[in-house]
Amino acid sequence: MLNIIKFLIAGTLFGLVLTKSEVISWYRIQEMFRFQSFHMYGIIGSAVILGSIVVQVIKKLGMKSMDGKDISLAPKDMSITRYLVGGALFGMGWAMTGSCPGPLYAHVGYGYTVMIVAIISAIAGTMLYGALRDKLPH
Amino acid sequence: MIEWISQPWPWYVAGPLIVFVMFIMLWFGKQLGVSSSFRTACAMTGAGKYIPFFDLKWREQMWNIMFVVGIFLGGFIGGNLLSDGQPLEVAPQTLQDLSEVGISAPGHDLVPLEIFSWEQLFTLRTLVFLVIGGFLIGFGTRWAGGCTSGHAIMGLSNLQLPSLIAVIGFFIGGLLMTHVLFPFLLQL
Repeated sequence: MLNIIKFLIAGTLFGLVLTKSEVISWYRIQEMFRFQSFHMYGIIGSAVILGSIVVQVIKKLGMKSMDGKDISLAPKDMSITRYLVGGALFGMGWAMTGSCPGPLYAHVGYGYTVMIVAIISAIAGTMLYGALRDKLPH
Repeated sequence: MIEWISQPWPWYVAGPLIVFVMFIMLWFGKQLGVSSSFRTACAMTGAGKYIPFFDLKWREQMWNIMFVVGIFLGGFIGGNLLSDGQPLEVAPQTLQDLSEVGISAPGHDLVPLEIFSWEQLFTLRTLVFLVIGGFLIGFGTRWAGGCTSGHAIMGLSNLQLPSLIAVIGFFIGGLLMTHVLFPFLLQL
């Protein structure tokens, strides 16, 4: 049970941060894609700089996870097509809905329940990807 | 204290807190990522019988479902319990550019209600923005192997070249949509 609750708590903190920093705002995403505000770049930039330091420290110290296992930070397989094309399709959806996947769930909690439609569509999109997976370049 | 945290949080608070979440997730034995919850949802429908990609022990993936239920709760708390009720401040240039394509200023809302509301659901524009937009998120993130949290935060922090390519892809798609396709799609 604790095993499940801890992810609920981490998710709650994540959702609260995305909401209170207005990452979930469609308008903030438009500011970003129009290069008219520093806000989103500040969040992602500071997270990446601090995050890369944290990851390096974890690797240097050989830190273990709470159940004593090695923390797996194996890099993803190299490819260009899947990341560039798949990424661009996601980017289009990000601009349209003003949400990446995390904010979609936060929106529903915030009160914009119509975003459930986008979540169901995203699950359908994932389903189609799964069906076409062997035919797509990776 | 409550008043203080009820204000919008600046970027230099949000960025480090996101890293804190990334760190505790690693300590819990998982890499930060949200879009994998869509795959788990597909697996929970029993799609694995027909599509091998969803043939996984979804009970072992329940952590990402719990994580997104948490995000939902975080959205509820942030929007209802820790809200200062102030109007959203948006860069003036963005508001002007958006008004030229028919989108009004936000007022107290985080999203333009002329697109994102149940009342508008069966208009062509809202269907396109929600249904096609959502579909592209699900299809694109799984093809790219991650979204903003998995690639832009976790992947770039791990200095992975694939994640940098993915983030460049995110921006190619987002810029194309915003600057080339929006003027047409917003007229629907």
